[in-house]
Amino acid sequence: MRRLAFTLAALCAAAPAAFAQDANDTSAAALISKFAAEAGITADAETGKAFFLATQSGGGADTPSCSSCHTADPKATGMARTGKEIAPMALSVNPKRFTDTAFVDKWFGRNCDSVLGRECTATEKANVLAYFASI
Amino acid sequence: MNRFIAPLAFALATLPLAAAAQDKMTPVNDPTTLTDCTECHMAFPAGFLPARSWEAVMAGLKDHFGENATISEANRLTITAYLVANATDSGAVSARTASRILRNVTDSMTPLRISDLPWWKNEHDGEVSKAEWERAKSPANCAACHRDAARGYFED
Repeated sequence: MRRLAFTLAALCAAAPAAFAQDANDTSAAALISKFAAEAGITADAETGKAFFLATQSGGGADTPSCSSCHTADPKATGMARTGKEIAPMALSVNPKRFTDTAFVDKWFGRNCDSVLGRECTATEKANVLAYFASI
Repeated sequence: MNRFIAPLAFALATLPLAAAAQDKMTPVNDPTTLTDCTECHMAFPAGFLPARSWEAVMAGLKDHFGENATISEANRLTITAYLVANATDSGAVSARTASRILRNVTDSMTPLRISDLPWWKNEHDGEVSKAEWERAKSPANCAACHRDAARGYFED
């Protein structure tokens, strides 16, 4: 019985870790500062907006733009090609965004490759995060 | 007495049909597989594809049906091992179910999508309307129509 209780307690404790964006080890502001410093620029939300909406080349045929899945409105719920919903990117409607370093790194890695066929630069990351934080 | 026998006989007669229809498939119960796969789609039951298919899918995550779905190498190996061990042809489903799912799939074929299987197409073609497909967005979205898909229930 004690072992069962312990197992249950361990499961409950472990459960939140299984869900994304719960690390709470960073913030949009901290990430913008980090990427901007890396790139040696001042992050610019308008440039980030243009990047987010642009039709890119080099990536997958089904994902020519960030907005292909996230929609052109970062405050809106997006949709992956699988039909699964994607939580809004705008910090004002989704404050949980950009609070988990590993999550942010993983999805920039995957999605920049899907859309651009390469990694995003620190400049692009700083600017697009500044856009999401500004609206 | 006959009143009871007739329904009983009917129930028994329909039983093999229901069992053969893959209405119930053991859902994924490996935590790593559940966590990583469900980020983008439901964790499809391993019993719906042969082992060679899962190996091919898991070897090509950098271009996973047009998207980069890279995961950690440790998790990739864990998930591959789970899917292969529970594949259609790994003995995890009955021989009858396996032969139905893999009907017209020769050993030289390595289907990468469950929806590429002739069995799957036969189950869905003509039955799912255009409006239903538009609502579901993708054949990957089982739960759009099969509400209990995540628990392994795929009845109509």
